[in-house]
Amino acid sequence: MTVVASLTPTPATRSRWRLFRRVPLSVAVAGLTVLFFAVAATAPGVLATHDPVSTDLGSALQGPSLGHLLGTDDAGRDLYSRIIWGAQESLLIGLGAMSIALTGAIVLGFLAGLGPRWVAEPVNRVLEVFLAFPTLLLALLLVSVLGPSAESLIVAVGVGTAPGYARLVRAQALSVKTSGYVEAARALGHSVLAIFAQHIAPNAFRPLVALVALGIGQSVVWASGLSFLGLGVAPPSSEWGVLLDASKTNITVAWWLGVFPGLAIVLVALSFTQIGRYIQDQSEGVEN
Amino acid sequence: MSVLASAPAVPPQQSSETDRRGPFLLSARRVLLRIGSALFVVWGTVTVTFLALAALPGDRATILLNLRSGQTIDRTPEELAPINEQYGFSDPLLVQYVNYLLGLLRGDLGESYELQRPVTAIIGEQIGPTFTLAITALLLAWIITVPWTLLTAGRGARLRSVGSAIESVTAGLPQYWAGIMLLLIFAIGLGWFPVIGGASVHGTVLPALALAVPLAGFIGQATRSEFDRAMRQPFVLSARTRGMNDLGVRSRHVLRHALIPGITLSGWAMGSLISGAVLVESVFARPGLGAVLVNAVSTMDFALVSGIVILISAFYVVINLIVDLVYVAVDPRLRGTV
Repeated sequence: MTVVASLTPTPATRSRWRLFRRVPLSVAVAGLTVLFFAVAATAPGVLATHDPVSTDLGSALQGPSLGHLLGTDDAGRDLYSRIIWGAQESLLIGLGAMSIALTGAIVLGFLAGLGPRWVAEPVNRVLEVFLAFPTLLLALLLVSVLGPSAESLIVAVGVGTAPGYARLVRAQALSVKTSGYVEAARALGHSVLAIFAQHIAPNAFRPLVALVALGIGQSVVWASGLSFLGLGVAPPSSEWGVLLDASKTNITVAWWLGVFPGLAIVLVALSFTQIGRYIQDQSEGVEN
Repeated sequence: MSVLASAPAVPPQQSSETDRRGPFLLSARRVLLRIGSALFVVWGTVTVTFLALAALPGDRATILLNLRSGQTIDRTPEELAPINEQYGFSDPLLVQYVNYLLGLLRGDLGESYELQRPVTAIIGEQIGPTFTLAITALLLAWIITVPWTLLTAGRGARLRSVGSAIESVTAGLPQYWAGIMLLLIFAIGLGWFPVIGGASVHGTVLPALALAVPLAGFIGQATRSEFDRAMRQPFVLSARTRGMNDLGVRSRHVLRHALIPGITLSGWAMGSLISGAVLVESVFARPGLGAVLVNAVSTMDFALVSGIVILISAFYVVINLIVDLVYVAVDPRLRGTV
């Protein structure tokens, strides 16, 4: 397929369309899952069946049924509706953290990969230091300084995950820098800026689209983990990590409270990962 | 090990390739460089941690006093002065930094604001169960990965797609949710394990599995692709022509190659396992560093937070250093690439 694409001079847009036309089933399912949670985040009223905050002690701790699809919590609140209403906060935190992580990663990764030696060397050293912190610990360090809140969760997870992405961006920048077409452009006497704008930037940025998808999924997992520890968003919210944290009290009698919020986290993370990997494979296919 | 032993005898100049001892000394030089860079990274983590906590908004002496008394009130200068004196909070930042570094060199991580005991003593009491959990999880992950790879890797497209699908799902499981699911199924549902097991052997199984299952998926992904690659190598054909049976070829020749990326990942995994242990300990209400760290973060006990963060990061750096050095010792192809 890629061989054909490189031999026949078809316009780039058409060949790319052809590559995306046959989407595997798993990616289609992942796309639908993301769509579902995107609707939940933007218009929770459409999907929710109950008011997420109205308590009804008469129907507390009920298992899943037709009346309450995923059961109720200890205050009789409908778990399904709480998960739907929690999607917005969970996904916004994931989106925000991913933006911080990728912005930092792109700046540091490009400086380390493309910068002149006197810039690249120190940046590389700094990256090495930050890579020595396990993600969760770096995030916890920031939470302890900033105090627990949704905003500090975004910053903490963003900074915590940035070093790993920076390493990927650096590797990408390096491989583009040393590629044949950049060497050819240099041999032809193109200016450094022209080479960066025409060759390096487009080729180095394209694979990063995959990182956006991977990053959202991972950020949601980390942020929910911190909320689960009681160090993220505070309880009146129905962010998914908060729901999981609250499930600990009644875990022996109400399994659904521990299962479903976690399932939402896993579904979002897996779907974004699946989509990210697919984009990655596609962009590699186009390059080859 | 021999590489390390010869390290002090290195001449400053690089020896030539024609020298019979050449490659050996070359690798010794690189080992020293690698150790130097590990020391630099440890110093870097200390500095980053120190700076993060120094940039803190709010007065540390006030936080400390309020933490001890359980209040949130403004403090008078008379109250703050002895605390600032005792902890050196009013010293210039550089002086505090140098003092902190000097303390670290003596193995002193300062005193916990809340518990008013040496941070090293608190960590020493709590690190045992966490360490046991992390090591058990790593072992379990390998116990799951090796037979799994032998059974499903290099056996055609269908098994590969099923195998790698299962690996991507397990690798993507958040450790805390894996813990909740294991707790629900095996402790609450089936009653095979205690719900709150403490640090007992019986109570360690489920928390360790919660960490091991996602890790096994992760190592499995790396092992599988390497296994597939190794199956196409000529030495497989030559072993088969010598009459070795299929299982023998897989386990004696191919597996050995396939495990290499997984071993690198194991070094990385120790860091992620210890921080994952923080989450899983919370699920199982298990004693260990996790509960101490979570409490220290929420009460802003910075001395304890920074002590734990620095120690785990340093541990992580050392483990990865050891993994790299073991490589050079085990795999002659890597001499000179460290």
